[in-house]
Amino acid sequence: MLKKENRIFKNLYNEFGWDIENSLKRDDWKDTKDLINKGREWIINEVKTSELRGRGGAGFSTGLKWSFTPKKVGSRPHYLVINADESEPGTCKDRDILRFEPQKLIEGCLIAGYTVNAHVCYIYIRGEYLNEGKRLQEAIDQAYAKNFLGKNACGSGWDFDIHIHYGAGAYICGEETALLESIEGNKGQPRLKPPFPALVGLYGCPTIVNNVETVAVVPTILRRGGKWFASIGRPKNTGTKIFCISGNVNAPCNVEEEMGIPLKELIEKHAGGVVGGWDNLQAVIPGGSSMPLLPKKVCDTLTMDFDSLIENKSGLGTAGVVVINKDQDIVECMARIARFYKHESCGQCTPCREGSGWMWRILDRVVKRKATFSDIDLLSDVTKQIEGHTICAFGEGSAWPVQGLLRHFRKEVESRCREEPLIKKKLNNPYLVDQHLLENKNA
Amino acid sequence: MSVKKVHDNQPKEFKFSDENLRKVEEILKRYPEKNKKSAVMPLLYLAQRQNDNWIPLAAMRYIANFLAMPYISVYEVATFYTMYNLAPVGKHFIQVCTTTPCLLRGADKIVKLCKENISPNENEISKKGNCSWMEVECLGACVSAPMVQINDDYYEDLDEKSTKEILTSLINDKPLKPGSYRGRKNTSPEKILISNGEKHA
Repeated sequence: MLKKENRIFKNLYNEFGWDIENSLKRDDWKDTKDLINKGREWIINEVKTSELRGRGGAGFSTGLKWSFTPKKVGSRPHYLVINADESEPGTCKDRDILRFEPQKLIEGCLIAGYTVNAHVCYIYIRGEYLNEGKRLQEAIDQAYAKNFLGKNACGSGWDFDIHIHYGAGAYICGEETALLESIEGNKGQPRLKPPFPALVGLYGCPTIVNNVETVAVVPTILRRGGKWFASIGRPKNTGTKIFCISGNVNAPCNVEEEMGIPLKELIEKHAGGVVGGWDNLQAVIPGGSSMPLLPKKVCDTLTMDFDSLIENKSGLGTAGVVVINKDQDIVECMARIARFYKHESCGQCTPCREGSGWMWRILDRVVKRKATFSDIDLLSDVTKQIEGHTICAFGEGSAWPVQGLLRHFRKEVESRCREEPLIKKKLNNPYLVDQHLLENKNA
Repeated sequence: MSVKKVHDNQPKEFKFSDENLRKVEEILKRYPEKNKKSAVMPLLYLAQRQNDNWIPLAAMRYIANFLAMPYISVYEVATFYTMYNLAPVGKHFIQVCTTTPCLLRGADKIVKLCKENISPNENEISKKGNCSWMEVECLGACVSAPMVQINDDYYEDLDEKSTKEILTSLINDKPLKPGSYRGRKNTSPEKILISNGEKHA
């Protein structure tokens, strides 16, 4: 259980006001100048000491990422890009930071921008968060008015500007290279890596892309010391994290907790328990829809951090906990997620473009009890054909939830299937066909 | 991938209003001089706002000229992103989130209500001519599920009763206030425990 004084986002529910005056009372922008004047090495070291891992899903060490930027600015300027394209089903933490703790984000941007030698920062907000974006713009204007941004930002001698760029409803733009493509004015289709954005990113210049929550916790880490942050949670999985608990719980909520909190405690203490009691729990998606779901018997003892979830063949992802109780049809839930991925595939790589629709169509047949046993093996095969054969991690993101379903609920799936008919009619199951031709019939 | 079709009835001309031209200047300042192309997304939004919430092909041509980029590139962007409407939508444009976290809490009932009250099919203007609805993927307010987005605003924590009220208010052109419909403060946990789970839609 996180102690009250260790909470970073004190205004997560807007109890104390979001504007700059109230933020200053909560110690935002306190000694920012001194922190910056301690130099890049110190900042990176402190962040490395804190063992902060990126909060956007992959969990990559933030200090390490920052240290990848070229030490000296060459002919190309550096950029900082903040990923606020929060579209992972089950996740809504960044929205609250944008709405209620914008100054933490802005201060973090200045510090991160200074550390990676960037004078310009773009915050990429998903288009649906228009009101949150307006709020952030207001907060940015307030920061400009106090000279915390602009020329000689905060008296640190560093010039720094922040611009907001809205997305337009494409999930894939949460992938960092697709996000950069989108800012450049193209379709949001991911780029091949390497080269990584740290060397060749936005407009071909060195770029660091960070999640909102990652950047927003940095000022507090620097102020209270990396050791303090590392003392929360467990080694390699340190600090606090905003968990979004949604689905079949009595009181769905966002809550900041320490890493490594037991899942049961998280759900029972903060979210009012599972609807119908803990025994009514069927499965939990622990980290946003891309992560494989876990059945109740794993959930009983599960702790919520990066490594323990990987041990259980899932992942912390964005920490969007979706609770599914026994009143729900688990196959239908996963079929709906498969439809999400079919809808959001950018269409660049064939395995993902065709496979995501294929998985959805098979799962849809299972829901309608029209599938045969051979379909299950086919489904499992399709997920394996997608995984690892795409440019970006979307392929894994779409295949893993289905694999998770087959791993833990194969019996459930089988119970809806029937034998292959002895006299085979032409099934007319469309497999590898242009999805656009199917749209009218199936969508 | 999703399908997007352009509208059959296209206006011939499109031009930014003077007010929007000033906004365009502001937008262009955000990006490096030689990367004007970056402004295509904000400019498409402006065009959409100016043209009753949808983008005609003429606007794409106009923006292409404006930013000195090929028309096909603008077309590509406009058709790739789902938030650019390429056909007219209702004055009150209702987007119902139906992804799993919302589905678990009864989003299908909201879809049903939309079908009954607005129009039997998605993307169809209602009889009275001021509403249209569509199913969308996750809108990023999962702890406030089920929820809908009406124009720019989020309506959260809905149930059947409140959805009906909201839809009626839209049909009568007097939209209700956005926000939580269970009276809770943003995304904080509620103190009153609902044990039977019947309180949501």
